[in-house]
Amino acid sequence: MHGRVLIAMLLAALIATPAFADRYVISVLILVFYFAYVGQAWNLMMGFTGQLSLGHSLYVGLGAYVAAGLWLHAGIGPWLGVFAAIAVAAAVGSVTGWLSWRFGIEGVYFALLTIAFAEFTRIGFDHIDMLGAAGGLFLPVNAEEAGQWWNLRGGPLLFYYLALALVAGATLAVAWLRRSRLGYQWVAVREDSEAARALGVDVFRAKMIAMLISSGMTAVGGVFYAFYHRNLFPGQVFEMGRSIELILAPIVGGLGTVFGPIIGAFILTPLGEALIAATERSGFNAPGTKAVFYGAALIAIIYLVPSGVWPWIARRLGFSEHRQ
Amino acid sequence: MTTALLTVTDVSKRFRGLTAVDRISFEVAPGEIFAVIGPNGAGKTTLFNMIAGVIACDEGAISFDGARIERERPDRIAWRGVGRTFQIVRPFPALSVEDNVMVGALLRSHHLDAALEITHAVLRQLDLFDKRLHLASTLTLPDRKRLEVARALATQPKLLLLDEVMAGLRPTETDRMVGILKEINRTSGVTILLIEHVMRAVMALASRILVLHHGARIAEGAPNEVVRDPAVITSYLGAEAL
Ligand SMILES: Nc1ncnc2c1ncn2[C@@H]1O[C@H](COP(=O)(O)OP(=O)(O)O)[C@@H](O)[C@H]1O
Ligand SMILES: [Mg+2]
Repeated sequence: MHGRVLIAMLLAALIATPAFADRYVISVLILVFYFAYVGQAWNLMMGFTGQLSLGHSLYVGLGAYVAAGLWLHAGIGPWLGVFAAIAVAAAVGSVTGWLSWRFGIEGVYFALLTIAFAEFTRIGFDHIDMLGAAGGLFLPVNAEEAGQWWNLRGGPLLFYYLALALVAGATLAVAWLRRSRLGYQWVAVREDSEAARALGVDVFRAKMIAMLISSGMTAVGGVFYAFYHRNLFPGQVFEMGRSIELILAPIVGGLGTVFGPIIGAFILTPLGEALIAATERSGFNAPGTKAVFYGAALIAIIYLVPSGVWPWIARRLGFSEHRQ
Repeated sequence: MTTALLTVTDVSKRFRGLTAVDRISFEVAPGEIFAVIGPNGAGKTTLFNMIAGVIACDEGAISFDGARIERERPDRIAWRGVGRTFQIVRPFPALSVEDNVMVGALLRSHHLDAALEITHAVLRQLDLFDKRLHLASTLTLPDRKRLEVARALATQPKLLLLDEVMAGLRPTETDRMVGILKEINRTSGVTILLIEHVMRAVMALASRILVLHHGARIAEGAPNEVVRDPAVITSYLGAEAL
């Protein structure tokens, strides 16, 4: 059980970090937590259930817009708005899942459909005037709201601890789900859906539940995103690049593992930040420089540890339960 | 025989022009070991897949445990108590042997502890307990064949459909499997419907045999009657008996 001790120590260190870290480190860690969190949500679909969604920015965006819209137009705070955000994203997620899996759309075709849904939604939001349309939606920063943490108005520390709580909660939930009846059904569907069916697994139902949980969880990340950044543009939040961005951490960290998304986010986000800093300092600021180095690093990592960094670390630490 | 566990009535399946299964009828009594034999392409697997709900039959009816199942989904049929193996084994490769069997055990027991207990019992029956933490992808063929049986058995079926679980096994492995299946049938009373090529195993296990050829029934009866049937000898056993 030295694994649990290690996790507890890591968590304690992260809780203590703001005491000695500067604003920049805090802001990078907030990003790390954000990507670890949405990575956990996406990993339920791809890593556990084997369903490749390339349109998860859809649920981030819906969560963000629903909560921001409710706040701006109805004065409903994010703590309540988050439930509406989850409901809307889960509803759209289940429509996507139903339309594909009821009609036998699988694999890459499913992935294409998820992209299409995100794109349609982006175009739609470009024309919703109430939500700022293509010109963007802004959450004003009023002086009298300052310090209203319950309305997600606060400094970096508020968002730091909120994001940390989201990751910790998501990780606990995912670890529990993996070892639940549903979790076993998910991995069975991923490994061989016909064999799963022969063992009594309702494959459609298992996938739909994965979709509901994943899209709902992702929407919570969207609410966080909206109130942290306080501006939303359809072209930014729903864009396909955003969907790709949020799947990298679980892929690099280890698909279908509980700690993969966290490890991946801890590697990729600081790497991206370091590359930005390095290109700025070197004065060599040609467009795409960061992307080239980032891509090269991704290739190197995936080449060196194809099944992800976490399984590799786990084997080194003797956590792996499987004998090869 | 109104007490049959499985009743197949005039079931047919055509693939384009080819009649893979041609108006087959038979009954399997509770607790019995019933074998279906026949040359390659006789329609045995197709018949199995219709019982398991993977393929819809063109005509006919299938009753299991008092209910009509010919229009039901495979997972519903599994839930009713039909466990099946695949002729070409389909383990969950990236999962451990134990987790493979857990998926089956969780069909009926919703609690992990109870499912793990069933899983361990089944793994012991199938001689896989010592390999329970190995990844399924690392198993040898005989082990994979036994894993197929273990997974199906963990669903606690009333009827076990075994599609050529002896194929590709050496004689000692075959005898081991025969022993295991006999023991399972004796202790838990599970009914077994067996497709098999290995006559040694069929003779040792089955109480009745149905012989298929080009989708049609050419004989049915007790093992020692069937092997003496002239039609069976010419169309199937001939080559092997010589
Ligand atoms: N999905 C399919 N599509 C077309 N033909 C099939 C299909 N499945 C089986 N067949 C044909 O049906 C016949 C019976 O096959 P099968 O049931 O697998 O035989 P067996 O298991 O007795 O060897 C064979 O001629 C086979 O080629
Ligand atoms: Mg066959």
